[in-house]
Amino acid sequence: MSDQWPLWEVFTQPADGSPHEHAGSVHAADAETALQNARDVYARRGEAVNLWVVPSAAITASSPSDAGPFFDPGNDKPYRHPQFYKVPRGVKSV
Amino acid sequence: MSDAPLSEYLLRLGDDRLVLGHRLSEWCGHGPILEEDIALANISLDLLGQASLLLHLAGQVEGEGRDEDALAYWRDETLFRNLQLVELPRGDFGFTMLRQFLFDAWSYHLLDALGRSSHADLAAIAAKALKEDRYHLRHSSEWVLRLGDGTEESHARAQAALDELWPWTGELAYQDEVDTALRARGVVPDLETLRPPWEAMVRDVLGRATLAVPSAPMRMTGGRSGRHTEYLGHLLAEMQIVARSHPGAKW
Repeated sequence: MSDQWPLWEVFTQPADGSPHEHAGSVHAADAETALQNARDVYARRGEAVNLWVVPSAAITASSPSDAGPFFDPGNDKPYRHPQFYKVPRGVKSV
Repeated sequence: MSDAPLSEYLLRLGDDRLVLGHRLSEWCGHGPILEEDIALANISLDLLGQASLLLHLAGQVEGEGRDEDALAYWRDETLFRNLQLVELPRGDFGFTMLRQFLFDAWSYHLLDALGRSSHADLAAIAAKALKEDRYHLRHSSEWVLRLGDGTEESHARAQAALDELWPWTGELAYQDEVDTALRARGVVPDLETLRPPWEAMVRDVLGRATLAVPSAPMRMTGGRSGRHTEYLGHLLAEMQIVARSHPGAKW
């Protein structure tokens, strides 16, 4: 591990202006080279108009064992989803 | 229609990028890390694309029916017009990056000036290539900073590469009657005017990289008139063998 450069998570923003999405990760010694590596690996074919790189170590993730308590309770409460409610006629987007 | 000075000039521009692109492609699968391997291949492809546009235009301007493939694969060594700097073997990663930086900084200034050429097609190619070169320059100068101001070994290797490369940069601003003819028509810039800004940019980055600019004398020039080092022939043999073994093959 010690001879590996730190890992960075790469987020790309597609050309249509939608939000940044996780694209993958790169190894790099510092932020500038992480940005360049991200460009070369994930945006070289014009896939993005903007890039974020974040040190992987800065991300706090939920663990697989959290899945039950975190996510299951939402499944049996359909009224928490907007689809539960009827959309008034004539409304194009809510 | 035929314009001998212009087709000659376009060969110079195109061959620089074709030969340097080939040298970079030799790193494919041998880069120090996966990400850098992709970066080098990427820059190589940019240079190849630029060469393709420039040689295509050279063939058009020449008016003898040669396209970019004919020019790339069917000319022999003495008909290549590239700088000797770009044909030198790739060396270690430090040598490759130092060479790339010296060339990128030159190309950046040259393409910027050619973007204002009175020849519309050349100006358009230069404008497109300049966008790519800005990225190449950023990439190579960041590496020069890290290698020069890095570990004891990376500094020693970068300095050795610079010492070896510096004398070859004398050819960058080489000009002859081809330039004179085209300058008179506003097609190309006076290369002498590009050398001071190039040198200022190069000295700034090398200084921050704690690398000492050598005072070694410049070498003889000759690439622009087809005199090359022993290395170009080997490079061309590899680059041209498939096209020459299967003339006209398609895929």
